[in-house]
Amino acid sequence: MLLLSITACNGRSNEEVLVSAAASLTDAFSEIEAVYEETHADVDVVLNFAGSSTLREQILEGAPVDVFAPANQATMDEIVQTDMHLGDPVVFATNLLQIAVAAGNPAGVTGLGDFADQGLLIGLCAPDVPCGDFARQILANAGIVAAIDTNEPDVRALLTKIEVGELDAGIVYATDILAVEGSVEGIDIPEALSVVAEYPIAVMADAPNPDGAAAFVDFVLSDEGHAVLDDYGFVSP
Amino acid sequence: MSPTPRTTRDPRSRPPVLLVVLAGVGIALFAVPLIGLVGRVPWARLPQLLATEIVVDALRLSLIASVSATVIALLLGIPLAYVLARLEFPGRALIRGIVSLPLVLPPVVAGAALLFALGRRGLVGEAVYEVTGLLLPFSTWGVIIATTFVAMPFMVITVEGGLRGLDQRYEGAAATLGAGRWTVLRKVTLPMIAPSILSGLVLTWARAFGEFGATITFAGNLQAETQTLPLAVFVTLESDRDAAVAISLLMVVVSLVVLVALRDRWWRSG
Repeated sequence: MLLLSITACNGRSNEEVLVSAAASLTDAFSEIEAVYEETHADVDVVLNFAGSSTLREQILEGAPVDVFAPANQATMDEIVQTDMHLGDPVVFATNLLQIAVAAGNPAGVTGLGDFADQGLLIGLCAPDVPCGDFARQILANAGIVAAIDTNEPDVRALLTKIEVGELDAGIVYATDILAVEGSVEGIDIPEALSVVAEYPIAVMADAPNPDGAAAFVDFVLSDEGHAVLDDYGFVSP
Repeated sequence: MSPTPRTTRDPRSRPPVLLVVLAGVGIALFAVPLIGLVGRVPWARLPQLLATEIVVDALRLSLIASVSATVIALLLGIPLAYVLARLEFPGRALIRGIVSLPLVLPPVVAGAALLFALGRRGLVGEAVYEVTGLLLPFSTWGVIIATTFVAMPFMVITVEGGLRGLDQRYEGAAATLGAGRWTVLRKVTLPMIAPSILSGLVLTWARAFGEFGATITFAGNLQAETQTLPLAVFVTLESDRDAAVAISLLMVVVSLVVLVALRDRWWRSG
């Protein structure tokens, strides 16, 4: 919020594009920003990363956001229902979820069944964050009542606690495990139980820079944009 | 200067206008967000929003954690303040700096530091876990430690200030009359700095009651286990804004009552 209000106070140039993107897009979108600004020297892409539901709240409270890219359709749907979008949202990437354990898997976690083990320290994202919602869908698909020890505010906070060995297991995006390769190991979730996370993107109705926003969205959807997303483990739809 | 009539106020007691204006801006800085919050309160649904299991659990945890932190601060903070105020030893300035650090450190940093020190794989935490099986993160103990870490400096700083302002001749007189060191401390020193202790208690409790960052980073977030009121606000803000506003109002009212009621008391006695 602070970032947004400072941006608003300073008065925005025409060529600034404010992109609110899900925390799980941090690395991929930072790279996209760099590539995009190389070829569009007059454009300044400003990235605002947080949990998707936090970003939605900011937009509903009137933050001057040009482009919104949350980690699930449900969050985008709430924007669509309030007519805050311009043009239909498009799915630009998909992501799988995996079980994350610390390097070397010290607790010997083998699969979703271990999430019911009271003796293990289990963390999930909070239910209102997309990664927490997906994790609960997967556990429900598997018929497992998880013995949860903490509901973390976003996927990166969860991953950090797994990385330092304070949690035995959690469910995060496959891309997040790729991002910290070496300190966290991923265990695949059986396809029949899995959920595919879809990332929609849309220009906001109140975008201060709708043309710049549309151009940025086009770039994300282009082959060049998809190439960057692929590098970070996202799957093109 | 010609003598002024008795009916007008003494100009020396009237502050410059600019000062009052600036003070007004200062007040607005604190009051406007509060008005913003109160303006969003769904008054009709307030009782039903506050009677949920989440709120009741969080309030209970917040009271347990904040009162525990205050008691620990009382037991450890007064001796610490005494040592810092009265004993000359090398490195005293550094110790005072370390003790005051939580006042200025981002609480998230404090939480991460606690995790690295007291977590299951932490410097001290690993030994504690292996010997006792006690896990501090993700437990109510973790919440108490996190809130104490962040809040206790208020006690130390306030009491140390009280001790430094104390006229030591009273203690000297008591000692001359044959009182032992422990008796002087109990009968003379502590009663004389009672206002500072009370002030420290209130500030410590209030800071502990509002603690968020260190708690969620070190102790995690689980209803009835580690989810205090500030964490409940953070979580419900994303799903049910009315509930979040209701809990925020509860926190503001409780904190304000304690700050106003007790502050007045020590101010008068001090």
